[in-house]
Amino acid sequence: MRSPNATGRRAAVGIGFMVLAATLSLILSAAPEEKRIAIYSNVANYTLNLVSRNGQDYVGLLEILEPLGTVYAKGDSSKWKLRYKDVDGEFSAGKTRAKVRGQSFDLPANFLLENGRGLVPISSLVTLLPRFLGGPVTFHQEARRLFVGDVAVHFTAQMVRTAPPSLVLNFTSPVNPSIATEPGKLRMVFTHEPLVPPGTQNLTFDNRIIPSASYQENNGAVELLINGSAPLFAKFSNDGRTITVIAAVEAANTAPSSETGTTSSAPGITPATSVPPQLRKYFAVVDAGHGGDERGAALGEQLVEKDVTLAFARRLRQELESRGLSVLMVRDTDSSIALDQRASLANVTHPAIYVCIHAASQGNGVRLYTAMVPNVGESHGPFLAWDNAQSAFRIASETAENSITSELQRKQIPVHGLMAPLRPLNNIIAAAVGVELSPRGSDTSELTSAQYQQQVASSVAAGIVLVRDKLEAIR
Amino acid sequence: MIPRHLIIGVALMLAAALGMSLYVWHMRSTATYSTPAAVDARPVPAPVSGPSEQVTLWVAYDVPGNVRPQGARIPLPSGRQERAQELLRALIGLYLKKDSSHPLGAGSEIREVYLVDPGLAVIDTNAAFADGHRSGVLVEELTVASVVQTLASNIPGINRVRILVDGKTRDSLAGHADLSVSYDVGQVNQVVQQMQGP
Repeated sequence: MRSPNATGRRAAVGIGFMVLAATLSLILSAAPEEKRIAIYSNVANYTLNLVSRNGQDYVGLLEILEPLGTVYAKGDSSKWKLRYKDVDGEFSAGKTRAKVRGQSFDLPANFLLENGRGLVPISSLVTLLPRFLGGPVTFHQEARRLFVGDVAVHFTAQMVRTAPPSLVLNFTSPVNPSIATEPGKLRMVFTHEPLVPPGTQNLTFDNRIIPSASYQENNGAVELLINGSAPLFAKFSNDGRTITVIAAVEAANTAPSSETGTTSSAPGITPATSVPPQLRKYFAVVDAGHGGDERGAALGEQLVEKDVTLAFARRLRQELESRGLSVLMVRDTDSSIALDQRASLANVTHPAIYVCIHAASQGNGVRLYTAMVPNVGESHGPFLAWDNAQSAFRIASETAENSITSELQRKQIPVHGLMAPLRPLNNIIAAAVGVELSPRGSDTSELTSAQYQQQVASSVAAGIVLVRDKLEAIR
Repeated sequence: MIPRHLIIGVALMLAAALGMSLYVWHMRSTATYSTPAAVDARPVPAPVSGPSEQVTLWVAYDVPGNVRPQGARIPLPSGRQERAQELLRALIGLYLKKDSSHPLGAGSEIREVYLVDPGLAVIDTNAAFADGHRSGVLVEELTVASVVQTLASNIPGINRVRILVDGKTRDSLAGHADLSVSYDVGQVNQVVQQMQGP
């Protein structure tokens, strides 16, 4: 028989292990993201990972200088020599004293030599780099962003009080941020642009739909957060120098109070009541499938679906606009948007047709898809079930599909129409068609062929224009 | 006078009887106090090697992009649920062959099939089935149509089919085909007809 003491000890050890495991899991789950430094120069913009030693952040000096010019380093266990272009530097492991261009100076913390890699504290960069580069550097140390020379990109933000309102951001150089949307927010993250803050980091606009924006820089990146009370989307123009953030609905102050339901982006229930006429701005919503981290199918060694869909969607927009139809692009950049958000954005703009774009390496030509939904959706008073929202628009979708099929066949492009379980087609309260582009033969490079894409885009647009009146009537 | 050899014989017999009694007593005690061996109470799976039956597998073809019926003789157990499992395993087996008309990722498996009344079949696939699946609207739809059509055409009474991955709901098979809903057998049948082309 075990003694009560032994049992108690075992229980205590067990509890101890549980506490230890819980603590470890908490520590692991709260692990901070890797520290980085961003370096911007006229030659290259790049980021490097930092290492922490003795409470200081360190970076490899060779890695910093390598993209900027010819650099060579050699050393033994205690001395490390580096030549950048024609400038010589000498460092000693574990010491602060260093020599560049024959002049000695002190680093703010010890130089470290790890496996032949020379590490300098990042706090030394503002004094160390000018000695090698021969010019000034600006260092935003808190945000770990280093500007070599005069490379800063400035921007202005201007509210345009049209209906719907838009926020126009003008940049002094082209930018390509990653963009993510979430209810009430549009987030742009600039990792490779030497963007500098405007006069104030919190911008406010006298507008209820887009009331404010904020600038924040951290861990080698800049985040520009636009707040909105309606779904927001971004449109690029002027070769990437202008980003226009547009609200998907008209200003709330002009909308009746009953509109609240129609601007809801929460999935689950879609309003079946008609949307006020002033919201009917776009004839077509074109949705390039995938985007951001969601790459879609691998179509070749270097080719991913999200890039083909975006290129094709842009051509389709051009073709539709040239035929006098207004078009809203769900994404015009490499951004990640959830399927429910895509459907919400399309539904609140109440288009006559929604077209989502996909691409595949298998198959022959173009495949057109309509939603696979039951014939009659469940009814909840004035609402439609989210998963069956498309059911009332099946005839409109089939009409558009048949018309596009005829146009593609007329141009002798192989085409096949199918129903498909392809979201968010079943969540759309308008005619909705999916277009999957695939090569006519086994040559997948045709997917990126401007001529082929143009031919297909032109046929799809022509097919839509042919049934324009029918789609308008159903809308 | 009793002969000496008789006395010795009787004594030996008594000793043997006593020894055997002691041994039996010992064996009885052991049998009483020893814990009975653990019994595996789990149900025994139905034998897969039942009588071979003629079935129709709806096999997907990447080229030209359709699903076609193909007769096969496979051993099937008697239970509905087990039959459904073996049917789909036979179908997946075709796709895992080297010269498959619609290759699936290595290690793809059907873990279980549950027949839930009324008319709902839940197919639980393993992670390799979805993780290793090629991405594309058609290629994913071919898999779904093939699986649903095979099940519905061989097991009477199935109206809807739900596909899970590792026992959980997944948004899509490989980025396109929706797995968050149940498939209506009638609609899948319509898709299969559409796939045959005009």
